[in-house]
Amino acid sequence: MSDQNNKPAVAFVREQPIPASPPPTSASGPVRWLQENLFPTWGNALLTVISLYVIYVVLSSSLPWILGGVWNTSSLAECREVLDGRSAACFSVLRERWNQLMFGFKYPPEFYWRPILAFFLMLVAAAPVLFPDLPRKMLVFTGLYPFVAFWLIWGGTILSPLLALAGCVLGYLAYSKWVSRSFAAGFFGGIAVAFVVWWLGGLLIPEGASDNAMLPAVASRDLGGFMLNMMLGVTCVSLSVPLGIALALGRQSDLPIVKGICVIFIEFIRGVPLITLLFVASVMLAYLFPPDATVDLFLRVVIMITMFSAAYIAEVIRGGLAALPKGQKEAADSLGLDYAQAMRLIILPQALKISIPGIVNVAVGLFKDTTLVSVISMFDIVGMIRGPILASTEWNGVYWELFLFAAVLFFVVCYSISQYSQWLERRLETDHR
Amino acid sequence: MAESARLQVSDEVAISITNMNKWYGTFHVLRDIDLTVYRGERIVICGPSGSGKSTLIRCINALEEHQKGKIVVDGTELSSDLKNIDKIRSEVGMCFQHFNLFPHLTILENCTLAPIWVRKIPQKEAQETAMHFLEKVKIPDQADKYPGQLSGGQQQRVAIARSLCMKPRVMLFDEPTSALDPEMIKEVLDTMIELAEEGMTMLCVTHEMGFARQVANRVIFMDAGQIVEQNEPEEFFNNPQSERTQLFLSQILGH
Repeated sequence: MSDQNNKPAVAFVREQPIPASPPPTSASGPVRWLQENLFPTWGNALLTVISLYVIYVVLSSSLPWILGGVWNTSSLAECREVLDGRSAACFSVLRERWNQLMFGFKYPPEFYWRPILAFFLMLVAAAPVLFPDLPRKMLVFTGLYPFVAFWLIWGGTILSPLLALAGCVLGYLAYSKWVSRSFAAGFFGGIAVAFVVWWLGGLLIPEGASDNAMLPAVASRDLGGFMLNMMLGVTCVSLSVPLGIALALGRQSDLPIVKGICVIFIEFIRGVPLITLLFVASVMLAYLFPPDATVDLFLRVVIMITMFSAAYIAEVIRGGLAALPKGQKEAADSLGLDYAQAMRLIILPQALKISIPGIVNVAVGLFKDTTLVSVISMFDIVGMIRGPILASTEWNGVYWELFLFAAVLFFVVCYSISQYSQWLERRLETDHR
Repeated sequence: MAESARLQVSDEVAISITNMNKWYGTFHVLRDIDLTVYRGERIVICGPSGSGKSTLIRCINALEEHQKGKIVVDGTELSSDLKNIDKIRSEVGMCFQHFNLFPHLTILENCTLAPIWVRKIPQKEAQETAMHFLEKVKIPDQADKYPGQLSGGQQQRVAIARSLCMKPRVMLFDEPTSALDPEMIKEVLDTMIELAEEGMTMLCVTHEMGFARQVANRVIFMDAGQIVEQNEPEEFFNNPQSERTQLFLSQILGH
């Protein structure tokens, strides 16, 4: 008995449960915050002071340059006169060459409203794709938008976009008619029908149809400026995501030939610098097409950039597919869903969600890479700056202001894309891990 | 209950497996499997890990491919014809060890997805069916939540409801309680017992011997890819014939 008394008691029964209580309140207030975050130790205090000094130096030299900038002169020489030895920016070039920076130097000024309208319609068309809460009926306009935008920007006879639309619609009808037989029959049948429609329709459109069109035609080589970057960026991103998905699925396929083609395509395209692909597009593709075929330079560049980014997106999506537990496909299979349904309803929604950061990474990179077309003498915004603007006698030497402006434009677009993707990720957060 | 339930077994064959063999590469996982399941039968398959019991039931709905022999489910033979496979899969429900609910869909959407897309049932009707089965597994109030918000036991019951929404004629269970906390095993087993009492044909890979005694009308013991012994549960547990079965039972019932 005495032995037991010396040991700590093992038996324990809680008589009353412990009620939940609020966490201890810690002192708050600005002073406390400063102390905790900026000056907790001598070392950190020193780092804080040094950082503040660096920020001061950067701002004190750049802010006066920007804020004291001149906006109302007509040449660099005039700027220097006004500034009178002061160091400040000469933003007049942006004002004076605004239209060239935006539209290039050959797009007819009286038609500037056309790309501007196309731009705002693009916002409407993109909205239902980007924001799932908007009414699904708006997707009809999204489907029509490519043809509307083509007609607005390039002009010419309305028959060409209508023919393109007819090909797509009839191809889709053929697809939905035959897809019940088998997916391959629907897919290839649809494509074949679309091509037949385009070919027959192409014969029907008269030679000079574009001469007296409602919207006069503008040639591809007359496009330029930031408009060209936006057009390439939007077209290539929206084409390369579906192509990337197809390549990623193809790479996982059980069919050896499909898989082989996808692997070779991805590995080859990823192993080649984009700039070489662009040179191929501008110079060498002409040798591959029949001599009388004139495939538009814009189209050739779109094909190359799309292939390039699709290869990257395919690998990003493959990562997303690999991250899904095997059980998801098995569960879909065991419920009797066929391959296309399992992919569309179960696998891809989850894999794409995982891949969002990677896809956005590629999209942002692609958008900035559109400036590379300046190397194959297309006058995008960088091409305009390096060519016509800096080469002019008025503005020879205004590097900082022009490139800063181009950088700001790209930053605004890329930062918006990044913010959107973060919003989308939060919105799709359903797994509560 | 066990006696009355046993009477419900009919002469109609639900699944017949003859001389089925499967290899993983050169590894012979399933050897000469012969098994006939009658409608209304409740079969428990047990055996040591790696004995091929999961592979066996996964062959029945073609999640695994067998290389030799014949599997006929509901009169349809499993072949490489995708139409047959999809038909069988929509008649055979399956519950997995890790539930495999679709995390991006709500509980209700999980349950209505296959009826809507495979059976082409209108959405409203599918939702009503889904709510009926969710009530049956006692979680109708969770219908609008996502799987990640539910406990393991609740998720497994949703998985059972999801399979039932397809009105399957056979249910396969692949270790449905192995990934659950002890407190949650009972709620899942209760659901399965209820299902058995309604006369569902069930094949169940499990280590829950209490469940086997109470519900099964046949227990199959597998080892090294072969069916070593099968018998009625009473006989199987009280009077196992093969040495391998005796060893296995002494190990899992020994504590």
